[in-house]
Amino acid sequence: MVSRQHLSRVLSVFALVAFLLAGCGDPRLNALQPKGTAGEQQLDLIMLSIYIMLFVFAVVMAIFIYVIVRFRKRKGVSRTPKQVHGSTLAEIVWTAIPIILLAILAVPTVKTTFNLGSAQPKSADALKIKVTGYQYWWEFEYLNANGKRFKTAQELHIPVGKKVYLEIYGKDVLHSFWVPALGGKMDVIPGKVNTMWLDAKKPGEYQGKCAELCGAGHALMDFKVYAHEQADFDKWVAQMTTPHKPTTVAEKEGEKIFKQNCLSCHATADPKIKGPDLSKFGTRHTIAGFLPKNEKNLEKWLKDPESVKPGARMPKINYLNDQEMKSLMEYLMNSK
Amino acid sequence: MASHIHPNDRPKQPGHLETATFEGKNKVLGFWLFLGAETVLFACLFGTYLALRNANMGGPTTQQLYDLKLVGLATFFLLTSSLTSVLAMNAMNRLKQGAMQFWLGVTVLLGLAFLILEIYEFVHYVHEGHTFTSSAFGSSFYALVGTHGAHVTFGLAWIMTLMIQTARRGLTYEMAPKLFVSSLYWHFIDVVWVFIFTLVYLLGKVG
Amino acid sequence: MGTLLVVLVLALFLAAILTGGYNKDFLERVRHSKVWDWLTTVDHKKIGIMYFMSGFFFLLIGGLEAVFMRLQLIVPNNDLFTGDTFNKLLTMHGTTMIFLAAMPMIFGIINVVMPLQIGARDVAFPFLNSLGFWAFFFGGLLLNLSWIFGGAPNAGWTSYPSLALMGFNPGPGIDYYVLGLQISGIGSLMSGINFLATIINMRTPGMTFLRMPMFTWTSFVTSALLLFAMPPLTVGLLLLMFDRVFGSAFFDPALGGSPVIWQHLFWIFGHPEVYIVILPAFGIMSEVISTFSKKRLFGYTSMVFATVVIGFLGFMVWVHHMFTVGLGPMSNSIFAVATMAIGVPTGIKVFNWLFTMWGGELHFKTPMLWAVGFIPTFVMGGVTGVMLAVPPADFQYHDSYFVVAHFHYVLVGGTVFALFAGAYYWWPKMFGKLLDDRLGKWHFWLFFIGYHLTFFPQHFLGLFGMPRRVFTYQAGYGLESLNMLSSIGAVGMVLGTIIFTINVIKTARSKELAPADPWDGRTLEWSVPSPVPEYNFAQLPLVRGYDAFWIEKQAGNKGMAPAEPLGPIHMPSPSYIPVIMSLGLFIAGYGFVAHAIPVAVIGIAVVFISMFVRSFQQDFGYHIEPEEIVGSAKAKEVKA
Repeated sequence: MVSRQHLSRVLSVFALVAFLLAGCGDPRLNALQPKGTAGEQQLDLIMLSIYIMLFVFAVVMAIFIYVIVRFRKRKGVSRTPKQVHGSTLAEIVWTAIPIILLAILAVPTVKTTFNLGSAQPKSADALKIKVTGYQYWWEFEYLNANGKRFKTAQELHIPVGKKVYLEIYGKDVLHSFWVPALGGKMDVIPGKVNTMWLDAKKPGEYQGKCAELCGAGHALMDFKVYAHEQADFDKWVAQMTTPHKPTTVAEKEGEKIFKQNCLSCHATADPKIKGPDLSKFGTRHTIAGFLPKNEKNLEKWLKDPESVKPGARMPKINYLNDQEMKSLMEYLMNSK
Repeated sequence: MASHIHPNDRPKQPGHLETATFEGKNKVLGFWLFLGAETVLFACLFGTYLALRNANMGGPTTQQLYDLKLVGLATFFLLTSSLTSVLAMNAMNRLKQGAMQFWLGVTVLLGLAFLILEIYEFVHYVHEGHTFTSSAFGSSFYALVGTHGAHVTFGLAWIMTLMIQTARRGLTYEMAPKLFVSSLYWHFIDVVWVFIFTLVYLLGKVG
Repeated sequence: MGTLLVVLVLALFLAAILTGGYNKDFLERVRHSKVWDWLTTVDHKKIGIMYFMSGFFFLLIGGLEAVFMRLQLIVPNNDLFTGDTFNKLLTMHGTTMIFLAAMPMIFGIINVVMPLQIGARDVAFPFLNSLGFWAFFFGGLLLNLSWIFGGAPNAGWTSYPSLALMGFNPGPGIDYYVLGLQISGIGSLMSGINFLATIINMRTPGMTFLRMPMFTWTSFVTSALLLFAMPPLTVGLLLLMFDRVFGSAFFDPALGGSPVIWQHLFWIFGHPEVYIVILPAFGIMSEVISTFSKKRLFGYTSMVFATVVIGFLGFMVWVHHMFTVGLGPMSNSIFAVATMAIGVPTGIKVFNWLFTMWGGELHFKTPMLWAVGFIPTFVMGGVTGVMLAVPPADFQYHDSYFVVAHFHYVLVGGTVFALFAGAYYWWPKMFGKLLDDRLGKWHFWLFFIGYHLTFFPQHFLGLFGMPRRVFTYQAGYGLESLNMLSSIGAVGMVLGTIIFTINVIKTARSKELAPADPWDGRTLEWSVPSPVPEYNFAQLPLVRGYDAFWIEKQAGNKGMAPAEPLGPIHMPSPSYIPVIMSLGLFIAGYGFVAHAIPVAVIGIAVVFISMFVRSFQQDFGYHIEPEEIVGSAKAKEVKA
């Protein structure tokens, strides 16, 4: 009954979809090119459901096109169509077939739901990271990275090929932790601890997003995930746990200014004023989570944070003279 | 047949006066539907209370707070008022206006007694440090029981309004469905209270 | 203090009017003016028109907000509407479209058409009907005044705490949202009760449940959903108001509350709400497809069954909006399977529409174009709905542009297409004139193409990692071209809407009257004149089967057989109390928004006094005599 014309139409739809799926999107952000186990399992289900649904859509469209072409009113012909009541057999058919299709989808759905849902590590030395969402930045606290415990912000570093267990906390409003290329997504809810696991199969940089409307700066509450080979990750952990000592005069001056002006927010536990931990700022790749890191952007951010990220709670640091500003920036850029 | 009755006529035959006119039928049906919505409303408040009842934030717990003797007395008043409301409707359908007004009066008095006990209870709780803003438990408790109390208050005002109208107009075809739905409302409030007594007070005492 | 003064003056003014202490002549003139007539009307057709027109007005406002958002997103890092401004736009767009455009326009069509379809002279509670409209109207007004006084709400149409709590949102925006929706929600609940009672009690002789037109059936199920879905929203809004205005702790984790409770309450309302706005759309499509195919609706009984099942399942699936909240795999799985199940009855409907057209004679008038455009569009929205029901996949879709695309496919491709179809189809019954068919076709094609261009790319934006509700995106992440495409598509929708507006104005000016039955209709509304006389039916019609009017026409009868002799018709009298009462609600709402409790108390007092006055009023309506009915019918004939 499905003519060759319809078949080619269906195939062209598939081709279009395949083109769109492969052609666009950026691998750092694309849920259709996953680089982690969770993302792959999710993509498997996405594709399974797309195929089933394309089949349904194709059947509907085939009948639809046939009907509107074949039964349109023709000029000069007037007839009263037969007033059909319906057909019990037809009703049974289009009730039963969708049920079967949905059952095919439901079984792997439930299986994967439970698989992704169990986010309790089996061994004691599994890598556990506490993720906390703030307006509008992310804090990552490593609970047992190579036996060390430390905090960082905006950039999550993980070893390749190892499951990372995340405990997700909220301190102010709701957020949602999402790394499309590795797998999505878990809400950040104050008063509730959520868990999820992730892994990355390839080293690289992945883009993270806040997916729950959290206020004026929601669109810019980005973060990065860096996946390293185990050796590089170990090196990074060692670096993060070795305090930075300023060497040049300017850096020392900068450290003083930093301690006087910044630490009251950047080293407190009070969620109302708390800012990200900056002790290893020099290792980061971005400013405010999304701007490329360079002196120009850093100065712009320091002098007027609100203009860079709407709703940012950091006050303007516009009262320092040029020399002081330069020292502060030198200290920050070099604190590795 | 229904259209031949003028709403200001007084019924001659005993029977179900509330559905004797078309308007009456609509009113009774519409009110049942409204009670359906009210049920969902209270179900949501119950759900919220049950989810938050242990969040007392160091304030008094349900075990320490609730006094079953007092609440039992209030329950007795309210349940009895439901019975007197039935007696009033019974009198209405037998065209005994005087008896109906009497039983409605008793219903109002019992409702008032319930309300006074409830206000006393709330004042007592506030003194114990259990307030609307002290904890999520407090908020959800007063939201649920308070909404019920507001319903009782509204019901009392309503029944009294209808008593005045009946006294002025007599027991007409217009009054009958009005009186009937107010009594439905009163029974509904009563049923909600049974659930409050069970799910709030008894459950609160048990644990 | 200033507010109090304004309110006081207003109250005095009202008191003056009520007591007639004002100039008597002036009062008489007011009483006979057209405005007064519309303000106090209890006629279901006039109320329907007011619902539809104010809904359309809000649709234009919401559309404008959408255009602003697409302008901002046309290129990366744009700075037209950023941060909080953009959040206000997205919040008001969603809230306006759902509560102030889609619902009222649907209520409008139900109000006009449903009583006619069941052969009733009015709804069961005409007074309540008017009250419902005015409550909606004043609620919508209050919500939109936020743009002018103090700032619009900015926490999304879902308004999740903690973002919506005082501590993170000290402005009055959220209060406007809470009170505006609370007031218009009261109106929606009343409408639901009213429609249900009307359908149950007021069907004309012979109009059994299984002879009711499909649109009436969907109105019936929608009203039942309204009845049970509005209270959770009422409670949610009440608790949010308590938290914000009186400092309670329902959603505040610091005092033991939980923001997740709001999400449950909101979605227990919110999911049925989706069916509240889509089921009548199904009904409209069923009527239009059947009429313009010249065929009886295929599988009527299973269509009714499917509608009821969808309505029922609509209450069992709310957690699929909360898959990422972390409620655990067990709850996610249960709600996933329940959600998938809805695909079955929806599929039944689609196939029944297709087979209604099969073997028919399809007339592609404008209403039919919308209906035919609706089928593939809605199926696409439906299949992405099933895809969203898969929790692990939803972890990727959730709160991304994929969701945005999905719900615009069902809400625009479903509801809005149906509203346009219904407007073209029933315009003669509402206004006595036909909308221009040629302009209608322009409207359809521009809107249809623009619509797909806007929303189809958004599926991919979501999959490519674009979260929803963002005011910008960074360059170099593969999101630029699709966003550009999406924004360009919006132009088509704008042009289409402009053409529709022109069409409405042109038709209003035209002198050409529509015949009673312009489409060779099948149901009772086509058996009465266009526009419909205020009493609808001079004699209630006797119904002999499904498609009652079609049956009579096939049997060669001129019209419906009467079920009663010609006699005086009882009509309800108009009343100004609904407006006053809604005004009271508005004042109370404003009082709570301004955190001025005395003002709120005054408003509530106005409401209760109005109720009291109404209770004491003996309003028995009036009668239209048979001579008058025959006379006006004859006058019509002479004119024609």
